[in-house]
Amino acid sequence: MTRKAFEQQLRGLLEKVLVLGSMVGQALLESTEAFRKRDLETSRRVVERDREINGRRFALEALTIGLIATQQPVAGDLRLLAAVLEIVGELERIGDYAKGIAIINIRMGDLLQLPMPVEITTMAQRATDMLHQALVAFVNEDAEAARAIPKEDDKVDALYLRIYRDLMGQIVRDPSLIERVNWLLWAAHNLERAADRVTNICERTVYAITGEMTEMDVTWDELEKDNGGPPRPCSPF
Amino acid sequence: MEQPALDIRNLNVYYGNFLAIKYVNLSIPRNQITAIIGPSGVGKSTLLRALNRMNELVPTCRTGGEVLFDGQNIYDPRVDPVEVRRRIGMVFQKPNPFPKSIYENIAWGLRINGFRGNRAQMDEAVERALRAAALWDEVRDKLHQSGLSLSGGQQQRLCIARVIALQPEVILLDEPASALDPIATLKIEELMRELKRDYTIVIVTHNMQQAARVSDYTAMMMLTGEGERSGTVIEFDLTRTIFTNPRDKRTEDYVTGRFG
Repeated sequence: MTRKAFEQQLRGLLEKVLVLGSMVGQALLESTEAFRKRDLETSRRVVERDREINGRRFALEALTIGLIATQQPVAGDLRLLAAVLEIVGELERIGDYAKGIAIINIRMGDLLQLPMPVEITTMAQRATDMLHQALVAFVNEDAEAARAIPKEDDKVDALYLRIYRDLMGQIVRDPSLIERVNWLLWAAHNLERAADRVTNICERTVYAITGEMTEMDVTWDELEKDNGGPPRPCSPF
Repeated sequence: MEQPALDIRNLNVYYGNFLAIKYVNLSIPRNQITAIIGPSGVGKSTLLRALNRMNELVPTCRTGGEVLFDGQNIYDPRVDPVEVRRRIGMVFQKPNPFPKSIYENIAWGLRINGFRGNRAQMDEAVERALRAAALWDEVRDKLHQSGLSLSGGQQQRLCIARVIALQPEVILLDEPASALDPIATLKIEELMRELKRDYTIVIVTHNMQQAARVSDYTAMMMLTGEGERSGTVIEFDLTRTIFTNPRDKRTEDYVTGRFG
């Protein structure tokens, strides 16, 4: 059949999506670690590498659009390529969150770090794990796995809530900490958003495999209802 | 769905002892374009020709089941097949204008179908049909030249005009663009979209992109099973659904080119 070349091109495309995903995951872990250690050098490197992430995202978009134009895909092939367009966009945004944390570190200048809540490292790890699982589910066409991953987001949200409460407590005890608390809160919020974007990747994966468009991100509303949680702060980046 | 234009019920078509299409049930929506797709040899053209009793011109052909048109089974012995073919017109793969003038290609069909108007009324009817087929501007100054002097795409639109002139309710098109270049093809497709305001259109096409571009609904035909030779409709849905999220794995395999 005439699909041989097309199948190869699809496989090549998915491999490149995986590479972009690993770069983004690594950026998230590195920027959080650098933030925790106040390691400005690494943060600058994360900012620098975000350009490459953005460049690769554009290249993947161009490749996908090229396949759409030349292969005129339909049904499952079309859904897969549409999902790739969305997913590379989500990856690029997760990369931006990693960069955001790096920029926070740089902008904090020589402000002393607060005792870092251990949760922030855990958050970065959880978000990165979710990201890797989501991409594996995507390339393996595993809709069941993709449906299960967003539940992990609850844990990331719960960690964020703990950090939020802890930091609010610190401000109450010592209002002079307010600026440093703010920086930290932004960083944690970036991680929370990164995990949300993984949920979007899972939604696109389920769509590519089944054609079903379902909203998977319901956890925040529930969390807020149950725990009287914080308003969602807006990221300055 | 409102009252369908054609309601096909338990349709079987035989050529001699060979069951070409088996147990087709399908409602053709009114004022919509329905495409019939599927691999070669599954009976797409046979199904199309069953919709206006054109198969009867094949001596060994027998048809079972019903095709309801305005509530009336077109295979009812009391129904006149010539009248069926006027109300349900057909355009073929290869443009087949009569070896007569452009004008006569249309006027002749009108006359044998009992047109009783004067010359001016005939001129008007010819113009109306040519306009409806988006051909008028190209031929208005050469109405008395031979229909065969036109390009392939123009000839096919002339054949469509010839059908339209008889004021049918349904137009059946059997691969109407397969002998045409891409621009002429697009013109035919554009014409089909205009015509669906007034007519129900059913098109058989091998060109899946054409089915995707032009039709509102798609019927997917396949052989009834491994080693079988009879074809049937395995899936019918909105064209958008067939090409984005078909239910049947065989449809998915066919439209994505995995089949065969």
